[in-house]
Amino acid sequence: MTATAERATVPGPPSGLSARARRRSELTGRDVTVSAVLAVAAFVPAAALVWLTYEMAKQAYPAIVFNGWRFFTTKTFTLGNLYGGTPIVHHGYQAAHGAQYGVLPFLFGTVVSSAIAVVVAVPLSVGGALFLADRVPARLQGALGTFLEVLAGIPSVVFGLWGVFTFGPLMSRTGFKWLAALHIPWLSGSPGAGQGLLTASLVLAVMIIPIIASTTRELFRSVPPLTKEGAVALGLTPSETARHVTIPFVRTGILAATILGLGRALGETIAVLIISGNALNIYPHSIFDPFSTMAAGIAAILDGALTDSTGMALHALGEVGLVLLLVTLLANLGGRFLTRRFSVGGLPVGRGI
Amino acid sequence: MRRRRRFLDLTFWGLALLAFVCIALPSLSIVGSVIHQAVPVLGWSLFTQRTNALGIENAILGSLLLLVGVLVVAGTIGVAGGVYLAEFAPARLQRFLRFFSDVLAGMPSIVVGYIGYVTLVVAFHWGFSLLAAVVALSVLVLPYIVKTTEVSFRQVPTTLREAAAGLGLPRSKTVWRILLPPAASGVISGLIVALAISTGELAPLLFTAGFSDQNPTLQLLHHQVPYLTSVTFTDLALPGARAHATAAAAAAVSLAIVVILIAAGRLMTVRARRATRGMAL
Repeated sequence: MTATAERATVPGPPSGLSARARRRSELTGRDVTVSAVLAVAAFVPAAALVWLTYEMAKQAYPAIVFNGWRFFTTKTFTLGNLYGGTPIVHHGYQAAHGAQYGVLPFLFGTVVSSAIAVVVAVPLSVGGALFLADRVPARLQGALGTFLEVLAGIPSVVFGLWGVFTFGPLMSRTGFKWLAALHIPWLSGSPGAGQGLLTASLVLAVMIIPIIASTTRELFRSVPPLTKEGAVALGLTPSETARHVTIPFVRTGILAATILGLGRALGETIAVLIISGNALNIYPHSIFDPFSTMAAGIAAILDGALTDSTGMALHALGEVGLVLLLVTLLANLGGRFLTRRFSVGGLPVGRGI
Repeated sequence: MRRRRRFLDLTFWGLALLAFVCIALPSLSIVGSVIHQAVPVLGWSLFTQRTNALGIENAILGSLLLLVGVLVVAGTIGVAGGVYLAEFAPARLQRFLRFFSDVLAGMPSIVVGYIGYVTLVVAFHWGFSLLAAVVALSVLVLPYIVKTTEVSFRQVPTTLREAAAGLGLPRSKTVWRILLPPAASGVISGLIVALAISTGELAPLLFTAGFSDQNPTLQLLHHQVPYLTSVTFTDLALPGARAHATAAAAAAVSLAIVVILIAAGRLMTVRARRATRGMAL
């Protein structure tokens, strides 16, 4: 509907020329050349995306044929005996003796850690952004906003370093111990040194907070003052204004920012690899247990997979990567669909950092 | 009733304040703990010795070299693409290209690393090399540069384009002479953000750049490149307080580079705002 409205506002061509012909007649020869050169550059991201997806599918193909559905029903991912034994053959493809490729624990780790991260990050981001936008004097806003920018810029390996040496041990001595003492199923057990699912998820939350919070802050700032003043004139307290006017006004944008953060959490590699405890082939029995994700698993196993003379290990990791790619893509597209569905005003959405 | 609402109001803002503290504390804690852990090895030798002698000179040089590479490759392509989207592309093509660019921005970095390894390093026979690393990083930050360039050009008021067209200036000249000066600050701040992202990346480099105890050279192919995040990652897993301190020192240096870049980017954003302010009629 908006498309037709837009089209209607464009003034029609004056003398029966089509819009396209008119535009072309305005461009000089040099313009056309410049435009063509720039167009090539503009197509690079699209080409890169298609190329990445195609290569990923090509790399994964032998593993897809070799594994079949077992890929999604097995919980063991082992490269097998890389130095001896007769290679096993399945559907015409070879793999090392004893090799088994199952994605389930990785998939579980990715989905659960990202879900925890989003559940923790969204209220904190929205609350913090609201505080920053509504309650902090304008003079201080820039200075306090620096926290968000610094947080957004911290390299993920530094998050890993912090998680493993500072945050993890601190939490296992304090918060995790108290949580474990409540004896809630799956939330109990020994926190250990603080490496595991909960620590990694919380660090992921800290990593995606700047993405969600800085976008949300911009959105809160873009809410027209008149709307808020109306609410105040009706006798609403500041918190009621926030809850009934400001937040609903930008909820589509918050949703879009959340999806952006979710995408980052799903694909995060290095921080998770360092903090997760890197457990293969098992599901975490409690929230404090070591685990692994698809992204971290690829990074951890790739070195070993390179020594597989049948090459199937590399292809199997490719299949893991393809699943990760598809999950991320689905989250992105789902987010786009949702934002379009619930979109009210078409407010701008930033991109985190 | 009134007292209850006032109480709810206070609780709500108390919680919001708590949320903000939960955001601010980690960034303080991270910066503080990294510097604290790095203290034992801080000194000039860190910057004058290479990684085989407990310094990180080669890694710093390698990281800077990678940044220059990203600026050259992703910078030129990204800015050109952004200008095309903002000034030349037909509306439908714009939507199409923007969609692909957005999806590429969500690409997990390890996927880029994996594909970089199997294609650039192995299939193209580039080996672990500067070029493979720069291409992998560039793919990752390209969408950001395209986006910020496009937005910066769009922020220049249409009246300038109309005036230029009214004076008979060709479109390409309008872009170069009229639109670029006010848009430049925004474009540069986008480039700086892209560099900040590249400084902190490791996953795409893990299997494309390799590592070396030597200082990096300008050889594009077959020569491994040392870089900071790799030092942090490997030394972290080594036993011993000294290795951990070196890991933290490398982390502190990459953090410092990021902070400097962010500060520069912020300065540019302020300038950009000033450049376009008051231009619209």
